Amino acid sequence: MEYGSSSDPTKSTFSILDEDHTLANTVRFTLNQDPRVSFCGYSIPHPSENRVNIRVQTTGDPASEVLKDACQDLMLMCQHVRGTFDKAVSDFKKQQG
Amino acid sequence: MSEEDESMVEQSDNGLGLDFILSLDDVPSKLPPHLELFRTRVLCNNDAPIHTDTIHYSGAYGALGVDNSQQFDRFRENFKVEVKRLTDSDMEFDMIGIDPAIANAFRRILISEVPTMAIERVYIANNTSIVQDEVLSHRLGLIPIRIDPRLFEYPDSAGDDNNEKNTIVFRLHERCRVGQPRITVKSDKLKWLPNGSELPSEDVKPNTSSKPKTFTSFTCSQNSLPEFSSNSLELTDSDIILAKLGPGQEIELEAHAVKGIGRTHAKWSPVATAWYRMLPEVVLLEDFVDEQAEKLVNKCEPNVFDIEDIGKGKRRATVARPRNCTLCRECIRGGKEWEDRISIRRVKHHFIFTIESTGALPPEVLFTEAVKILEDKCERVITEFS
Repeated sequence: MEYGSSSDPTKSTFSILDEDHTLANTVRFTLNQDPRVSFCGYSIPHPSENRVNIRVQTTGDPASEVLKDACQDLMLMCQHVRGTFDKAVSDFKKQQG
Repeated sequence: MSEEDESMVEQSDNGLGLDFILSLDDVPSKLPPHLELFRTRVLCNNDAPIHTDTIHYSGAYGALGVDNSQQFDRFRENFKVEVKRLTDSDMEFDMIGIDPAIANAFRRILISEVPTMAIERVYIANNTSIVQDEVLSHRLGLIPIRIDPRLFEYPDSAGDDNNEKNTIVFRLHERCRVGQPRITVKSDKLKWLPNGSELPSEDVKPNTSSKPKTFTSFTCSQNSLPEFSSNSLELTDSDIILAKLGPGQEIELEAHAVKGIGRTHAKWSPVATAWYRMLPEVVLLEDFVDEQAEKLVNKCEPNVFDIEDIGKGKRRATVARPRNCTLCRECIRGGKEWEDRISIRRVKHHFIFTIESTGALPPEVLFTEAVKILEDKCERVITEFS
């Protein structure tokens, strides 16, 4: 769910169900590295509710686009991590014989 | 227009913009060494560690003309994985060039979101042992099962349809006869029932010939499914003590294992533990020679330092095994003379990652599964906000 103003798409809060620090903190990290982001942070409003709110404010681009780009970046990084890891493991196994 | 204004216009026309400024000698394209040190190292001082944070903001070093934004190419170039140890049950590897935010996500997912199979429902027909039903059930739940959870589906939310795709059934029937010595019931007494439950779920009417309804509705034997013929179903450990039976005591029960994740209950966690630590770095800022070197070597319990001969009968301390450093800081205790001459640091983007599997999947598969789960999470967010 996205909460923002209809006239200004550059500031929004994204409320995601069934997620926690695992996703929110990593997305916050990739968002902060994006030069288009002027502010971003996340909060878990109540510990017994499985929900995180991610706040994104940008310098001009729509917040939802920037968030999606951040997720895309994170996915690319994950794919690279997986590829590198698999290669390292198979190299190690070969080396051990 | 005055003469001064004219010269300014001329300058911008000559294309002397930002590129020109950045090409000047005194504009840094790299961070100065002291800032680079604070960015990449935690300094573990005698009183407290400092520079423990990682700097994420893309414009953090904007005033210095240094770009801190993440570039995927740069990440690709710098990221490295080095496997240090790999067995069936545990592995250790170095993950270099990644932010703690992502390393921690992998750790969290490993512990609480990679699925396994674990015993969830226990139908007790008879239990006269001194272990209460609920305690016995809990013990059964914690037994690790060596089966690839990817072959199974999650149980449906209503929990009524228990079929061969989502349930594994085990049976346990042990009795200690009167006059016999006490017996210990271990986990190897749990027998797999590939055809599903054998306990009738309702009162058996005496005069019906049809098979009574049981707690599962398997359409075929799990033995006949192709995915099980190549993957044997067994418990990771056959010697886990479940209960002890005295003469005349008996346990008869059926245990149903289903797929779940560690966030629901720790019994579904696929790892005993998964953790990481930052790579220790020990730097001798001044030389330690002769007795001082010996003193330093003796101070260090984890045996980080060695002594080398530098000729002319002189000996000097060297940092031989920095990975051993436990950060006890014993070497920098004992006053200024020690504190100012040794620097203990941690490398911020170098993680020594350890995974101990409980047996459902080998540790290297667990890690790739964890990374896939993070990818799925990202994909979910992208589709949800499109």
